[in-house]
Amino acid sequence: MLLEYFQMIDAVEDLDPDNGKIIARADVPMESTVFEGHFPGSPLVPGVLLIETMAQASGFMLLARMKFEKMPFLANVTSAKMRTFVEPGEVLLVEAELDHDGSGFATTKARISRDGKKICDSKLMFRIMPFPNDTLKNNMLDRYSQINQSSTG
Amino acid sequence: MATTFEAVAEIISETSDIPLEEITPEKNAFTDLGIDSLDFLDIAFAIDKNFGIKIPLEKWTEELNENKADVDEYFILSKLCTRIDELIAAKDA
Repeated sequence: MLLEYFQMIDAVEDLDPDNGKIIARADVPMESTVFEGHFPGSPLVPGVLLIETMAQASGFMLLARMKFEKMPFLANVTSAKMRTFVEPGEVLLVEAELDHDGSGFATTKARISRDGKKICDSKLMFRIMPFPNDTLKNNMLDRYSQINQSSTG
Repeated sequence: MATTFEAVAEIISETSDIPLEEITPEKNAFTDLGIDSLDFLDIAFAIDKNFGIKIPLEKWTEELNENKADVDEYFILSKLCTRIDELIAAKDA
């Protein structure tokens, strides 16, 4: 994770685009400017960044499913539960699955766990839109190729 | 069993916090009820789930953007319900 750059996913470990499933890994850094403010003396990954992490895992699954022809933009955090704290240095398992493949939108269910213990879960909705430009599309393709360690997708 | 309109009105009321009595068949979801595009995604999601269909929102939006259709054609609730019934019939055929 590079929290300051919103690079939340470090590796895609398993991906099944046809069935709308992804398992990814996120390595929480030991140090980040984010921790200087959240919180002084007690560094924790902010809940909004955990939601972003679940959204990005969902997003990579949707991108692979759509063969990078369109871009999913987070539109609605329908629900999110933060069950426990995430501290620097932790290794997180991020899972997401397609809940509904609509026309121009998609919904997912996502969760983060650590050593089998549930940390947070969410229901998310994405608006599916054309890429606004090739720069973003190429950036997403580059990032995906950097993190994709799965045998499919 | 609720009619298509009754089910859609219930969904709109719950999703957009609009009193059920204000939701009538001749109303346009956007121009009369003030529903925005993001709220309509929630409504489309609930309609898809409720009726087991896939409302072709992308196609409708494209037609509206290209002035090939008028917003009333898809989003006056009586017409929306007719299109939902057509999608249900096509699914069951």
